[in-house]
Amino acid sequence: MATDIDKVFRALAAPDRRLLLDRLRGESGQTLSQLCQHMQMTRQAVAKHLKLLEEAALVVPIWRGREKLHYLNPMPIQEISQRWIGQYEAGRLSAIAELKAKLEEETDASI
Amino acid sequence: MPQSEFVYVTFIRTTPEKLWQALTEPEFTKQFWFGVAQECEWKPGAAWRIVFPDGRVADTGEVVEIEPGRRLVLRWRHELQAELCAEGYSRMTYEIEQKAGFVQLTLTHLMETSESKFIKAISGGWPIILASLKSLLETGEALEGTGQPPKAR
Repeated sequence: MATDIDKVFRALAAPDRRLLLDRLRGESGQTLSQLCQHMQMTRQAVAKHLKLLEEAALVVPIWRGREKLHYLNPMPIQEISQRWIGQYEAGRLSAIAELKAKLEEETDASI
Repeated sequence: MPQSEFVYVTFIRTTPEKLWQALTEPEFTKQFWFGVAQECEWKPGAAWRIVFPDGRVADTGEVVEIEPGRRLVLRWRHELQAELCAEGYSRMTYEIEQKAGFVQLTLTHLMETSESKFIKAISGGWPIILASLKSLLETGEALEGTGQPPKAR
């Protein structure tokens, strides 16, 4: 399968790579040069980290003309979340839906 | 150019044809996309909208580009929350690529304003919808809680 959970955890197991993900969360769609700004890392190191993040699908490259833009991809972490806390989320979703329905009924009744 | 953009790439063990069907036909979208149906003739320029089971129209727009099983581009405006509607039209693209043993779906959703509240809102919804779509296609079952109209936020 294309997403390899070991690759995801390995990619996340380095502070510099998590910092790159934070930078992309702040502003998604950046070039390598943009990502190198204000970083205490060489361009080569940033490129190497990005490659590992891409292999884990945590970052996806999209070409706009001649520019390679890097985007944060929520999918691998979404799958991790789904696997371990999805069962609690489903309960929360239905509880909120019920509360919303109840509140709407009360609003209707008061009109 | 100021803009806000959401990107999501997922890999699904299915075929481009089945993925296309799941993304466009109401009997599928109702199962993984909070109960919604899309009303559209699926041709260039056709009007498009998302409708909840109770008849509320959540989003409207039109087909910009369409290549079944490969690519779909929609002009897309939210209609229910005034603040999001005021931002105007976004551009949503699905790109489907056949890979070895799976299909890659790349979704990009773009609004030509910086710090778009609309993009922030859909960034919370798409990951759940697309994870549920993957589950439906691979296991026959959507994720729990994604077959009914949306949760309040």
